[in-house]
Amino acid sequence: MSDVPMNRREPAGKPFAVLLPYKRAAREPIKLRLRFIHALGFVGLSAIVGGAAFAQSGGAQLSALEVIFKWSPLLLYGFSFNILISVLAMSIGSVLGLGLGLVTMGHNLPARYTGWLLTQFFRNAPWLVLLFFAMFLIPFQFRIFGTTIPFPDWIKATIGFSLPVMANVAEIVRGAVRSLPSGQWEAAESLAFSRRQTLWMIILPQCVKRMLPPWMNLYTLVAMATVQASIVGVTEMLTLTSEVHAAEGGRPELLAPLYGFAMLCFFLYCYPIERFTHYLERRFNVQT
Amino acid sequence: MDALAEWFKTLYDTTGINITIVYDAYDRQRFIEGLGMTLWLSITTIILSMGIGVVGAWAQTSPFRAIRMLVNGFVTLFRNTPPLVQIFFFYFGLGQILPRVEDADGMRVALIGNVQWAIISLSLFAGAYNVEIFRSGVEAVPRTTVEAAESLGYTRFGIYRHIVLPLALRVCLPALSNNLVNLVKTTTLAYAIAVPELLYVSKQIWTDSQNVPVMMLILLATYFILVGIVVFIMHRWEHALAIPGYGQGAHR
Repeated sequence: MSDVPMNRREPAGKPFAVLLPYKRAAREPIKLRLRFIHALGFVGLSAIVGGAAFAQSGGAQLSALEVIFKWSPLLLYGFSFNILISVLAMSIGSVLGLGLGLVTMGHNLPARYTGWLLTQFFRNAPWLVLLFFAMFLIPFQFRIFGTTIPFPDWIKATIGFSLPVMANVAEIVRGAVRSLPSGQWEAAESLAFSRRQTLWMIILPQCVKRMLPPWMNLYTLVAMATVQASIVGVTEMLTLTSEVHAAEGGRPELLAPLYGFAMLCFFLYCYPIERFTHYLERRFNVQT
Repeated sequence: MDALAEWFKTLYDTTGINITIVYDAYDRQRFIEGLGMTLWLSITTIILSMGIGVVGAWAQTSPFRAIRMLVNGFVTLFRNTPPLVQIFFFYFGLGQILPRVEDADGMRVALIGNVQWAIISLSLFAGAYNVEIFRSGVEAVPRTTVEAAESLGYTRFGIYRHIVLPLALRVCLPALSNNLVNLVKTTTLAYAIAVPELLYVSKQIWTDSQNVPVMMLILLATYFILVGIVVFIMHRWEHALAIPGYGQGAHR
């Protein structure tokens, strides 16, 4: 038997189901359990590796945990630099990507094809190659009207990261606009909105909901990609990690705990964002 | 071949566009070897990561809570840490702890070399994403289909292998091809541990012959073609697998 009650034959005195006040289904709470267990497991792993290192060194040198604790201000300073690069790259890339996405959907044919080509090019190129591209081909200073504007390497890296972000954001914008029913455009047209007004006042506000989860997903990817800047010589967490390792005498058994610490920092930063993205996705009920 | 090489030499003399990989035999050899290494990395990691994804998605349906939590932990950990740090952690961290072995010439070498570590860590990284992707496919298979298979006396593994996985694969192919494209692009990270793949040899070539912009464009174009090949194969596969009325074959 089906467990859906038949509403036709309600007992007298009880109102129809449709007349009852609308009740929201209880929202599933975000599971916090996993986060703690994983973080604990991670610390445990680091402790085991560090303990092993301590046992090997025989106590004469600093143990791995002591090394991490001693240098953590410097390492966290490097990590804050990673976050700075990722936030900057994400903001620049989002603004450019919004423009690129709108151009790709516009009525101007040559601009449309150029926009499509740019999107595909920067989306399908490896991030590291684009980073090399930015590092080698952007000059380290600009000279405008006699004043020299220096361009430090981390700004070049930021530009290098914002290129793929731009292309990905353009795709997100395009996908979100495409997913809206065309009735929205027609209704706006019949109310005599111009194309620009329709876009800014009707279409894009509705798209924010659909764009937010994939946009945040992209942000975690950018945050995790910023460590690649160490390959091209920008001073950030991974560069500092290897410098710390050298400063502590270059003991090989220190490497696992140090890189483990870097992983832990990124995990603690990215995991809450991922959970929040999941939560938003479920709340907005958008398929991505 | 010689005529082509001559033409590219004149191109360099007249315009300054220096494409050494065409006329310089040494550079050409290096480039082809780098391309081969990138292909080797891509193919092995694609196969291994898909294996991890299939097995992981099966383990996530396990009745044992401990196994499910283990797989979830693996997925969460590898999805939320930078792939480059993972590679460093494996290569520098674990690689130093592992014992050394003697090779055929009596030299002490690491048990697992840099190419193997790159394959292992990239597979684990992409595999974590693949587990999630296959899981979304498994969840899309109707419960009634599984119940029907159960009533026909299939074992749990039999259901997964013969009924759930073939259907799930068709649902998750678009997401899977996205991830595999990402994986091909991520193989550039092996550069950091000196695996002589495409980016690594390209850097050597542009340092030697001072043709940075040209070589970079060639590099980007090569990756563009590689990604294009992956997308093409996945498209063909999607078409070949499509069942009328199910998933991507719904319109047929």
